[in-house]
Amino acid sequence: MEQIEFDYPAAKRRITKKAHIGVVGSGDMEVLMEPAQSEGAHVSITTSVDGFQRSWKAVFDRFFSKFDGAVRIRINDAGATPGSVMLRLEQAVEVISQ
Amino acid sequence: MNQTSTIPDFVSRKSFIEVDGRKRAQSLFDEGTWKELVGPFDRMESPWLPLQGVAPQFDDGCIVIKGKIGGMAAVAIALEGAFQGGSIGEVSGAKMAAALDLATKDSVAGKRTAAILLLETGGVRLQEANLGLAAVAEVISSVLALRPHAPVITLIAGTVGCFGGMSLAAGVSSYVVMTREARLGLNGPEVIEQESGIDEFDSSDRALIWAIHGGEQRVGMGLADALVEDDAEKIKATIREYVQADLLPEYRSQQVELYRDRITALDTSAQIDPISLRREWNNTTTGGLR
Repeated sequence: MEQIEFDYPAAKRRITKKAHIGVVGSGDMEVLMEPAQSEGAHVSITTSVDGFQRSWKAVFDRFFSKFDGAVRIRINDAGATPGSVMLRLEQAVEVISQ
Repeated sequence: MNQTSTIPDFVSRKSFIEVDGRKRAQSLFDEGTWKELVGPFDRMESPWLPLQGVAPQFDDGCIVIKGKIGGMAAVAIALEGAFQGGSIGEVSGAKMAAALDLATKDSVAGKRTAAILLLETGGVRLQEANLGLAAVAEVISSVLALRPHAPVITLIAGTVGCFGGMSLAAGVSSYVVMTREARLGLNGPEVIEQESGIDEFDSSDRALIWAIHGGEQRVGMGLADALVEDDAEKIKATIREYVQADLLPEYRSQQVELYRDRITALDTSAQIDPISLRREWNNTTTGGLR
């Protein structure tokens, strides 16, 4: 069990909608994406699989290289692969951009 | 013949089983009439799972949706089978019992509010042990409180099935609706095998399991009321019918004598096969309601 936090202060575009995607099933995760309360974007991850902080960082670095919304992201993870993580994030972005 | 007419129904139908608990619950309501209560954004998570190294879920695997079905007030409470086997813990149990109690309150006050339990669950969440057991007791007493005032409809779609403590909640509900893919039983197949041996019940024999726990058998034996196809529209229509149905004068769970007699009458000298059991029970319905 690990708690991981990231900040992306450069993501400043104002967001008004929120999204909830996914289920904490084996090999899957859920994400809450809401408008950030403070400057920039903030990510909190609760994962049952320890030792993958660098993989998470790589996924979010890539995600925020294309996405600039000031969002509060919360994730509950039960071992989603980086590919599934990105897919869930993109689904959430799709919901908040509708 | 044009091409659309050659596409069979099962291809064009909208599956119910393939969507998650939240979408299942939403699909039962009249369009634009529902809202979710204590949803994932309220982050009412289990405080016990993280202490044991298990990632929690924002809604604790229990989705509560209030709205209208066929113009009548209803609340759907869905357990998400993909999260911890749909198990019932302190938070999910409290959400379920509270939603049922609010439906009772409204119904007693004159606004009949039916409850639909979408059960995909292995029962009590082992990580929350006693709190889960207490939750099952609360849910059952809440179902019994609502039942005289509004229908409580259990819908088991699959593929997790409904086992353990929550099968008791299914047992006391007014109506039980199942698909062929769904299973309903007190002890799950693995548990029976573990406790009584593989000769008693081979949990790897899927044909055997479905012949005993499956929706077709449960409806055939009169332990469930309707067998539905995995089709969101058909399931919605069936649920609507039961939401609007009259209240029953007597429930299955009150027919203790009937079921006791049926069990006593069984000839256990030879292995009973599911089909003949179904036939036998259907022949002894005298005195029973179904």
